[in-house]
Amino acid sequence: MSFPWAEEYRPKHPFMRWMDDRLPLPRLVYNSVGGGYPVPRNLNNFWNFGVLAGLALTIQIVTGIVLAMHYEPSAANAFGSVEHIMRDVNQGWFLRYLHANGASFFFIVTYIHIFRGLYYGSYKAPREMVWMLGLVIFLLMMATAFMGYVLPWGQMSFWGAKVITGLFGAIPLVGEPIQTWLVGGYAPDQATLTRFFSLHYLLPFVIAGVIILHIWALHIPGSGNPTGVDVKSPQDTVPFHPYYTAKDGFGAGVALIFLAILVFFLPNYLAHADNYIQANPLSTPAHIVPEWYFWPFYAILRAFTIDFILPAKLWGVLAMFGSILLLFFLPWLDKSPVRSGSYRPAFRIFFWILLLDIAVLGYCGGSPAEEPFVMISQVATIYYFAYFLIILPVLSMVERTLPLPNSISESVLHGEKAEAAPYGARPAAAE
Amino acid sequence: MAAVEHSEAIGADGVRRRDFINIAAVSVAGVGGLALLYPLVNQMNPSADVLALAQIDVDLAGIESGQAIKTMWRKQPIFIRNLTPAEIQAANAVDAGSLRDPQTLAERTKEGHANWLITLGVCTHLGCVPLGAAEGESKGEFGGYFCPCHGSHYDTAARIRKGPAPLNLEVPDYEFLSDTSVRIG
Amino acid sequence: MVRILGFLVGLGFVGVAAWSLLWGAIAYIGDPPAETVEHHFHEEARGISYSFDGPFGRYDRQQLQRGFQVYRDVCAACHGLQFVAFRNLHDLGYSEAEVRAIADQWQIPVPSINPDTGEATTRKAIPADRFPSPYANETAARAANNNALPPDLSLIAKAREGGAAYVESLLLGYQNPPADLPAENRPGQGLHYNPYFANLNIAMPPPITADGQVTYAPGNPAPTRQQMAHDVTAFLAWTAEPNLESRHQMGIVTLIFLILATVLAYMSYQTVWHGPTSRKVRETGPLDPENMAKREEASGEAGIVG
Repeated sequence: MSFPWAEEYRPKHPFMRWMDDRLPLPRLVYNSVGGGYPVPRNLNNFWNFGVLAGLALTIQIVTGIVLAMHYEPSAANAFGSVEHIMRDVNQGWFLRYLHANGASFFFIVTYIHIFRGLYYGSYKAPREMVWMLGLVIFLLMMATAFMGYVLPWGQMSFWGAKVITGLFGAIPLVGEPIQTWLVGGYAPDQATLTRFFSLHYLLPFVIAGVIILHIWALHIPGSGNPTGVDVKSPQDTVPFHPYYTAKDGFGAGVALIFLAILVFFLPNYLAHADNYIQANPLSTPAHIVPEWYFWPFYAILRAFTIDFILPAKLWGVLAMFGSILLLFFLPWLDKSPVRSGSYRPAFRIFFWILLLDIAVLGYCGGSPAEEPFVMISQVATIYYFAYFLIILPVLSMVERTLPLPNSISESVLHGEKAEAAPYGARPAAAE
Repeated sequence: MAAVEHSEAIGADGVRRRDFINIAAVSVAGVGGLALLYPLVNQMNPSADVLALAQIDVDLAGIESGQAIKTMWRKQPIFIRNLTPAEIQAANAVDAGSLRDPQTLAERTKEGHANWLITLGVCTHLGCVPLGAAEGESKGEFGGYFCPCHGSHYDTAARIRKGPAPLNLEVPDYEFLSDTSVRIG
Repeated sequence: MVRILGFLVGLGFVGVAAWSLLWGAIAYIGDPPAETVEHHFHEEARGISYSFDGPFGRYDRQQLQRGFQVYRDVCAACHGLQFVAFRNLHDLGYSEAEVRAIADQWQIPVPSINPDTGEATTRKAIPADRFPSPYANETAARAANNNALPPDLSLIAKAREGGAAYVESLLLGYQNPPADLPAENRPGQGLHYNPYFANLNIAMPPPITADGQVTYAPGNPAPTRQQMAHDVTAFLAWTAEPNLESRHQMGIVTLIFLILATVLAYMSYQTVWHGPTSRKVRETGPLDPENMAKREEASGEAGIVG
């Protein structure tokens, strides 16, 4: 394969030139994150979150590898080995708290990153592959986090594993054999723990690979921007380095402050007390809940309480997986010609309601499966599916959008009200 | 191919002033990164529970003259032998200078406790556990320890006399807490 | 096509969810869930403050030593401390000799193997040992406690909602059942009423019953019930989080560093964006004419404007 940019860049330093002639890594770095990658000049702070997600993955991999040097993946000793890390391993408590809170950090930045995509239409052509690869990363993250939480073998680890692996039994016909195959037995036990450890170690590297594809797919059309208007000329752009390396550096500093506050002063705020009790297959906790980042999906799972042709449990499972799978089709569900929510006032209203809706789902997911939470999560689930599958497709066909700026530079330099083009106008000389 | 023109702002001292803050920011971030490296590397050092077993107290009351026991210290075998007067005499009769690893028995025991020989039970050749500490085990040609792996013979002061081992059996740090109790490590 | 199928799938899920909602609402209105007895009588942990609260919290070593005394004299007979080692007691301010003495004199011996016969036996503890469990296994523990399992206390302050405040409230919360407590919720044989416990009736008999139950050394506050409960709770908070102080210290240092680094990063960012120079842009990647053409074509096909 040959890239159009491959011929252009020549490193200045003789060693780099020697290296580049033999393994074109210097030019790869230059063209992807260096001075050679043009980026729209009007990106706002929401564009920081992709890099923050990469930072979070790095933190998780580094702390994870180090923790794996001390962790024992046996049902009898796992819990004790985690306490060994917390008490006896040098700075072990720091590594453990960083890894546990790092997972929450990873999900927070990823959710903001996804919501950025939903609002600004980042999933629209020609970036459909970027979006779908991103969803693959999200699914892998969820699998990795779920398996990671099982490893300490506390009460929530065990019972969470029991509930989630039990869901597979809801699949008609093949459900039971699949569940037994997944668990390696009749209930989560030693076999489940060791395979979850193996996969938990593996999947982050798969995620890293998919991230490379995700960024590669992005760098063909280039980054989107808050106006949703394409880059028309170099005037619309600045080189990634030093403009966005500096901005991302600042953003990383702010993010790390939040992470440090969590790790050092509130290390168990997002945790569940029951996971400090060793797993006991004979004693079910009063309320089984997953980690907070799964709460919205947990609420959707528990919202379906009545059998209707299919058993309620199966509806719950289908809805829970469906709520993520439908996102793959978003580029074709939302047919609006305008990308960015900034220019879609009607869309904006429904979008904010969606955010509120997901927050409500999250709150219900962390609450006991009692009234009124079940009814509230049913209403919220209705809105969630309606938003993506009914509202957006219809809205995108009938909504009135605001006029778009002619170009990014125009929107940055002159302000939009002054010289906004009428809706649908294209610049005179298309280049 | 449009290019945005730029001008260089060069300070009087040749360093671009605007670069100073950038260098400072990157350096501080670098220091932070290095500081993060410390716990990542230090966690591989022995943990507190391993260090706790770095010292053990051994009770010598049950070991009679001529007897030896094997015990574990830092996950390695230790031989504690109560030397008989004959064994002490045999050790002292040898000219230390002629040995491969010259040491006298006095150098390998503590003042006032010359009968107590405490050594690692690890052959200095390639690490096997020599015979001779337990009842009935071969003591080799010099009445001390014998390593069956490659035929190293140690004498009553656990010094190498014959065979491929280069050094005498190692004497760990120890101190007597009383006549019948010793702290190793 | 996608939209039509999506619409139908959407109707499906919305419909079934609405169906569940309908029946749920009917059930809720017709037979509203009543407050359970447990919920009505249960009390949340009292708001108690400790020396280790907050980001600058520290342990009070004297208090921890008193708390350890209470644990040893009142709790250790039934409750293990399996993740704490005797050597950890150095953190409480005990000297090496004192720690060795505590280990040596510990009432519960450590399981061991007789080196001559290979039989199971016991030996005295050394500082490197963890606190031995009072019972050989769960079955033995239940057999000795009316089928109740006294939980290990190493992590109890983190393993309960409400943390240390819950533990202390529970210890001091034993009382006579209120008159309006229904008969079926009254404590039966071997149970004791305690509104701080989720199920209201707990199998543990009140452990701290009288002032002076434990004798404190001179120079310490008087061992009232409240004082003993407060001290042992602080001790249990320490057993759950022995690294709290170094965590807080490292946290302050790290935050100061991060704030400094972020300020510098911000200044650098402002210099880059609004400094006197700007950088030349190459027509690579997305600006490459081939890629621009691809992008325009794809956007055009999908009908995207902009």
